[in-house]
Amino acid sequence: MTTSYNAMELMICVASRELEDGSTLAVGTGAPCAAAMLAQKLNSPNLAIMFEAGSVSPQLPEMPISVGDSRASHKAVMVSTMGAIMETCQRGYVDYTFLGGAQIDIYGNLNSTYIGGTYQKPKVRFPGSGGANDFGSFCWKMMVLTVQDARRFVEKCEFITTPGWLQGGNSRYEAGLPEGTGPYKVFTNMAVMDFEPESRRMRIISTNPGYSVKDVQDNCGFELLKAPKITETLPPTEIELKILREEVDPHRYVIGR
Amino acid sequence: MTMNIIKKGKGELFTDPDPDRARTFFQKKSKKMVNKAMTLSKAIETFVHDGEYFALGGFGANRTPIAACHEILRQGRKNMGFAGHTASHDFEILCAGEVFDRVDAGYIVGLEARGLSVCARRYMQTGKVKVTEWTNYSLSARLRAAAMGVPFIPTRNLLGTDTFECSAARIIECPYTGKKLALHPALYPDVGIIHVHESDVYGNVRVRGILKSDNDLARASKRVIVTCERLITNEEIRRDPTETTFPYFLVDAVCEVPYGGYPGTMAYEYFSDEEHLQEWLKAEEDSAVFKDFLQRNIYDCKDHHEYINKNGGMEKMLQLRTIEHLLHKEGKR
Repeated sequence: MTTSYNAMELMICVASRELEDGSTLAVGTGAPCAAAMLAQKLNSPNLAIMFEAGSVSPQLPEMPISVGDSRASHKAVMVSTMGAIMETCQRGYVDYTFLGGAQIDIYGNLNSTYIGGTYQKPKVRFPGSGGANDFGSFCWKMMVLTVQDARRFVEKCEFITTPGWLQGGNSRYEAGLPEGTGPYKVFTNMAVMDFEPESRRMRIISTNPGYSVKDVQDNCGFELLKAPKITETLPPTEIELKILREEVDPHRYVIGR
Repeated sequence: MTMNIIKKGKGELFTDPDPDRARTFFQKKSKKMVNKAMTLSKAIETFVHDGEYFALGGFGANRTPIAACHEILRQGRKNMGFAGHTASHDFEILCAGEVFDRVDAGYIVGLEARGLSVCARRYMQTGKVKVTEWTNYSLSARLRAAAMGVPFIPTRNLLGTDTFECSAARIIECPYTGKKLALHPALYPDVGIIHVHESDVYGNVRVRGILKSDNDLARASKRVIVTCERLITNEEIRRDPTETTFPYFLVDAVCEVPYGGYPGTMAYEYFSDEEHLQEWLKAEEDSAVFKDFLQRNIYDCKDHHEYINKNGGMEKMLQLRTIEHLLHKEGKR
């Protein structure tokens, strides 16, 4: 039996499977938060979520609109400060972060600052780092959840807001970022990518049901490497979809996009 | 100097990180425990001046001093410097009034899951605003350095990015480990404005829920304006001093402004008015409509109460209290 689902539901379900029970995660609002909630409600009840505004290990009753709102600290074990959360990441306590941006490049660097024009007079200004540069610098594994689109997947970001593998190879650690940290996986509506361990270039490891390697490449602004064996991503299960739709996002704030 | 500076960010440093000049200021500041209760308009008139650098407490649209932002617009403050530290609806309002002409940007122009502000983007894209780029943690760290009374603190973010290039941070080699570190210069705002749950008339303050960087903001700011949901007695403060978030001698003015964070969220009190925040975003799409919108909601209002009364009054506040406490899930309408 096939169950129907949309692209957003697929991305959230697939991403949520990465978050094993007992792990720690720094996250923002939107789709990444939905993935965290789904993990928490399904397989990882002891997933410790941390929000930069200060909330430690909440049990989310519904989707927060802001990482500083009352939902984001619902049944938390502690409410603290931004410094305390960021320093927990800097100290090496936080396994994962989920980020996004207007652009992602071949090495997983992210741009959420501006596009076009100049820095002082941009054509389109975006929020900037927020906590993204901090999480992307400090958390062990950085993951990205975004739509596969050639305008978004660019060879080189116009502005590196948040560090990925920087210029590839060992450049991330040469820049001084903590050893062992870095981009881990990218989840899109079409595929799952990781980064080849030597060059640190993005590569396809699995394609989502209904998409070919060519589809993914056609919607990417640079040449993707291909893993030796490219698998098919497991589609969302009925139980994942049920919890996502009924408990995580009943108002369809995220999955309705 | 023997410390090896590897790289300097090209951004402008808008404030003075010198701890001795800050110490001299704090030495002269009155530490008397006197009644500082006053109206918000009086506080803004007395302590917020054109050209100065200011910062706001709260995170995004949570426990943010929105009433104070409106008053700053009504009093027409201009040419100010601003710490865009997790700024959202506050930033949107300040852009509408073109209050600042230089900004330290950690998070600006967005309202998190609600989307981006057309008004804030338009203002930031004019080229009229000088920007220095940071991250949210960078601005926390800068306030922390000031609160500590030291000129900088080292961190491990920013490295390798354009965010660093456009910041005023420095990268150095650690004298102990040889590792590269980003130095963050102390940020001493001329004035910090913080919305809190409770304060006594002297400025002993209680905050509930997440603090963001407000403990350090209160300590780093040369002058501090507190707006509170309610005034409490000094006896109540002294009954349980573990509850005190920061003490009176940091504070210059205490203004009792119930619902002073509206239309944002105030933890344990009221949730954000999402409908009204969407009205803001919608109105911004048309400049003529937005001009009328600002006139009605800010410039024609005597104070925050008038703004609230125009947008649903006590009935709306009760709804927002219901949502905050999740009472709608228990059947309350």
